[in-house]
Amino acid sequence: MKEMLQIVLAAALVENVVLSQFLGLCPFLGVSKKVKTAASMGAAVILVITVSSAVTSLIYQYILAANGLEFLETIVFILVIAALVQLVEMFLKKSSPALYQALGVYLPLITTNCAVLGVALTNVQENYNVLYSTLNGFGTAIGFTVAIVIMAGIREKLEDCDVPKAFQGTPIVLITAGLMAMAFIGFSGLF
Amino acid sequence: MKTKGCTERLYNGLIKENPTFVLMLGMCPTMAVTSSAINALGMGLTTTVVLVMSNFVISAMRKMIPDKVRIPAYIVIVATLVTIVQLLLKAYIPSLDSALGIYIPLIVVNCIILGRAESYASKNPPLLSAFDGLGMGLGFTLGLTSIGIFRELLGSGTLFDTVQVIPEDFTISLFVMAPGAFFVLAFLIAAQNAYRNRKAAKAAAAGETGAYSTAAGNGELACGGNCASCFGAVCAENRGKLAEKQAAVSANSAEPKGGTKA
Repeated sequence: MKEMLQIVLAAALVENVVLSQFLGLCPFLGVSKKVKTAASMGAAVILVITVSSAVTSLIYQYILAANGLEFLETIVFILVIAALVQLVEMFLKKSSPALYQALGVYLPLITTNCAVLGVALTNVQENYNVLYSTLNGFGTAIGFTVAIVIMAGIREKLEDCDVPKAFQGTPIVLITAGLMAMAFIGFSGLF
Repeated sequence: MKTKGCTERLYNGLIKENPTFVLMLGMCPTMAVTSSAINALGMGLTTTVVLVMSNFVISAMRKMIPDKVRIPAYIVIVATLVTIVQLLLKAYIPSLDSALGIYIPLIVVNCIILGRAESYASKNPPLLSAFDGLGMGLGFTLGLTSIGIFRELLGSGTLFDTVQVIPEDFTISLFVMAPGAFFVLAFLIAAQNAYRNRKAAKAAAAGETGAYSTAAGNGELACGGNCASCFGAVCAENRGKLAEKQAAVSANSAEPKGGTKA
């Protein structure tokens, strides 16, 4: 139990996917203008990454590793993730239109998120079993959500600030992200 | 004529449309692996190899691949090539493989690769496409390595892990850590914005900004506009918007060399 909690917390805070591994930067920079949209994006990412880490881990253990096909991981994972996002989208559309309305727009964006593939590959690298992989995916996605929501909160305040002309847009967002990354380094003392 | 086209492609990738400094593509690996110059160089060269091969193969198969499934087809081709390169690295340069870790398989989702496949290789003959890949790859390598040298020099005071240029007591270790990557990139883009602003003030040719640029005008794009469709299909609406813009631009300028790449 303790170890499980440790995996989730480490993935969410210590090894934050955006701020220390630089994965999923595109949505992090692009969809972080408003707290509300950022939170929806985060929710969609939690859903997709958790499901995809479970599925890719199952496939890796019971199909690829069982048949000595580990070298196919990259190809298989990327295709599985692309198909999975489509599937999740279709499933949500049928089963829960309200949720689909809230997350729908963000789902296609996520296929392209390198964090999804990154988590799947990390799970393999760390030799996590299916349960741990799912937890790691969940923790990573939580970390993404925390980062993007905080970022959106700061950006909402930043709109009232007088930013030098050259730094408007992406540069100031990156500086903010850098400062957040410095703060997140503090979490490395957790374990 | 033919060699002229090839050298033009090299120049284009290295200088004119440098993927790191001009197009701002592939930011995830740019930030992740540039904490040392050697890693940056290795990552750049690995990407170059994949890019040359993927451009060549995709260009050679461009008439066979149906338009509707081209993105998945490209992804499978790129993923195959990346796997090959990764296995080669594991066998012959294991130190580089372990230093770069998951960022090697993540080359698959590098926007440069699919971006070039979409915008160049799918429309041009194989040899030219291969040279386009070489130019772009070397441009990427140049960008990564210079950022890597900068960060390594300030952060750990060494050059390519060999010569200690700055004594260890005077280094700013922040630069080799994660925040340093964000700061360096922020200043890089800011410098570019300053240059662009000045240029834009000089000539009010607003329509000339490339579709993939991070110009403030692209703020309405869902992904911020700084990763030319990260994955080929970042979102259909982005591409629709870009197409509209490009159509508007080419309609405005009578001559076909409108500055857009489509």
